[in-house]
Amino acid sequence: MTWWWAILGAGIGCYLLKLAGLSVPARVLARPVVERIADLIPVAMLSALVAVQVFAQGTSLSVDARAAGLAAAVVALLLRAPFLVVVVVAALTAGLLRLAFPGW
Amino acid sequence: MPDLDETTAHRGIARDGLGVGLATGLYGVSFGAVSVAAGLSVLQTCALSLVMFTGASQFAMVGVVAAGGPPLSGALTALMLGTRNTFYGLKLAPLLQFRGWRRPVAAHLVIDESTAMSVTRDSTATARVGFLSTGLAVFTLWNLFTLGGAIAGDRIGDPRTYGLDAAVGAAFLALLWPRLADGRNRVVAACAAAVALGLVPLTTAGVPVLAAGGVALLAGVLTRDAADPTELPGR
Repeated sequence: MTWWWAILGAGIGCYLLKLAGLSVPARVLARPVVERIADLIPVAMLSALVAVQVFAQGTSLSVDARAAGLAAAVVALLLRAPFLVVVVVAALTAGLLRLAFPGW
Repeated sequence: MPDLDETTAHRGIARDGLGVGLATGLYGVSFGAVSVAAGLSVLQTCALSLVMFTGASQFAMVGVVAAGGPPLSGALTALMLGTRNTFYGLKLAPLLQFRGWRRPVAAHLVIDESTAMSVTRDSTATARVGFLSTGLAVFTLWNLFTLGGAIAGDRIGDPRTYGLDAAVGAAFLALLWPRLADGRNRVVAACAAAVALGLVPLTTAGVPVLAAGGVALLAGVLTRDAADPTELPGR
């Protein structure tokens, strides 16, 4: 399998997963357990994505400029900053820290 | 509600959608640059944003490319991450009420951002405004900025210099943030992060996040209370 096949195959597959969600009969959602899981999946996966994106370096863990960026994002969110500001503040913090401490 | 207020409300929602589109476009630059740095061509990078169009899956696949992993595991990781869009769709379907040709078109726009911006609305009309304004803004800008980032990728050097990797984490956190108002969500989020980080040294890229989905399944099956009290609060 080449990367082209992987890109197109997984791309179309991801689209079909989206379509399935919109097309499944409403009664599937009427089950409380499905409803709870549907609510919790984004919570768990977004939290894991934050953790992995910020603290994973390949297969090891590291605390570096990304963690400072995340801390800055938390402050921005506590101050009720809009999405764009949160993202830019995090990038600026990490970028400036790396400028000051190369390799961090 | 008078029509004037309704129009004003719709404009406000659409403006928020555009704001999210801009922010997401910014880390589209990050995706383009990271993808080319990982070894994909500009064309492959743009194909990912156009066809797959779900950021976490795209970043996950590019992570496997960068790690020199096989294309099949890259595809599987992207697909498994993409399953959360199915759950988003399940929540959105009764709210958005798209029928006929609109449904397969709208389906492509079912992503984190469009879900977050529509799932809290109390009517189909406002939900659609939130969903479409965010989805279309993100789709347009994400693809444009992906192209820009991919082309610039070779010239700007390491995207980490600009903190673009930190921007991705911050964007995920901003999407998660409103859901943390609820106590049970906070517990699940903390467990999911702990499980994911614990698995990072033990598994290949993508698996830790998939395992976190297992935490949600477990919590959903084990908790017994009635309907979840916390949908996403308004942004």
